[in-house]
Amino acid sequence: MATEIPVVRNILEANDRIADQLRKLFAAHKVFVPNLISSPGAGKTTLLERTLTDLKGELRMAVIEGDVTTDNDARRVAATGAKAVQIETDGGCHLNGSMILEALASLDLSELDILFIENVGNLVCPVEFDLGEDCKVGLLSVTEGDDKPEKYPQLFTVGKAMVLNKVDLLPYVDFDVERATRGARALNPGLEVFSVSCRNGDGLGAWYDWLRAAVAAKKA
Amino acid sequence: MHEAAIAQSLIEIIQQEMAKAKATRLLSATVVHGRLTNLVPEALSFAFEAMTMDTPLAGATLHLRQVPLVVRCFGCGEEFTPEDDNLLLMPCPKCGEEFGHTVVTGKELYLETIEAE
Ligand SMILES: Nc1nc2c(ncn2[C@@H]2O[C@H](COP(=O)(O)OP(=O)(O)OP(=O)(O)O)[C@@H](O)[C@H]2O)c(=O)[nH]1
Ligand SMILES: [Mg+2]
Ligand SMILES: [Zn+2]
Repeated sequence: MATEIPVVRNILEANDRIADQLRKLFAAHKVFVPNLISSPGAGKTTLLERTLTDLKGELRMAVIEGDVTTDNDARRVAATGAKAVQIETDGGCHLNGSMILEALASLDLSELDILFIENVGNLVCPVEFDLGEDCKVGLLSVTEGDDKPEKYPQLFTVGKAMVLNKVDLLPYVDFDVERATRGARALNPGLEVFSVSCRNGDGLGAWYDWLRAAVAAKKA
Repeated sequence: MHEAAIAQSLIEIIQQEMAKAKATRLLSATVVHGRLTNLVPEALSFAFEAMTMDTPLAGATLHLRQVPLVVRCFGCGEEFTPEDDNLLLMPCPKCGEEFGHTVVTGKELYLETIEAE
């Protein structure tokens, strides 16, 4: 006799299980893995271009580039001489753990100090998916409005650092750095905030020091 | 998503549930998957079929039910489903806010029920 059995069990905790595996891999190789998240155009790729160029020779770095349909960002990153692995999400609005796992096939973790992940430009979905990263870094450009941290509590409460980019444009926009910082820290008191311009290089030194410290902590 | 890994996990759970119910043949299973998981139904069905051949699960019907993405607008609290092919921009139909929405549904991936004898 056939019976219907209600089950309601999570099938994989899908992504979380893969993320745990990734975390173990990154730990075993002592690679620091920040996951960069922002709305489209805040400056993730530009920040990476600067960082990869300025810290070349000091830290061994590679990038996993999530992009919806093109490989533009991966090519920009590769132009700095760093290894870039492109993931096309085919319209998908975020990276997930299995995509990272696949990308790792073309990377040698034992040769890296930092593996940057540039997530798909989107402020909602990427936050929901653990990639086994050490931390999420939220980017916000000053052209987006200083109320944004109050508005995207998800990203700025789980993030460890916030990069306020394009401060060279501050004279032209109504953006209160103080307010954005306060808004973000209200939800996350330990949040590191870096005000930078990837155009003229302002403030990048503090960001680099933070990366150096994170790498040292991971190796310790 | 890795449909083969999902199928593997799914099969294990079904086997455990069948053992509990002392069932020997699976007739059907219903899986609920959220829009955000990007699960490809055909790929899961194929993997499930291939991996259950010559087992008590063979020939069972796999029902796959997708749950839409529903977000709650930060601006006005309206709950809405963004247009399916544009999850990158999610303007609220009521107030136009594009940012800061909270995911209400769409992350699900679970086995809801099985039918066995
Ligand atoms: N004025 C100014 N422009 C910047 C700065 N940083 C980046 N930009 C510009 O902002 C635009 C977008 O930068 P990207 O680095 O491509 O942004 P992104 O976050 O990678 O964008 P997606 O990958 O599409 O989500 C480019 O035209 C950059 O030149 C900055 O500090 N100041
Ligand atoms: Mg980019
Ligand atoms: Zn609204």
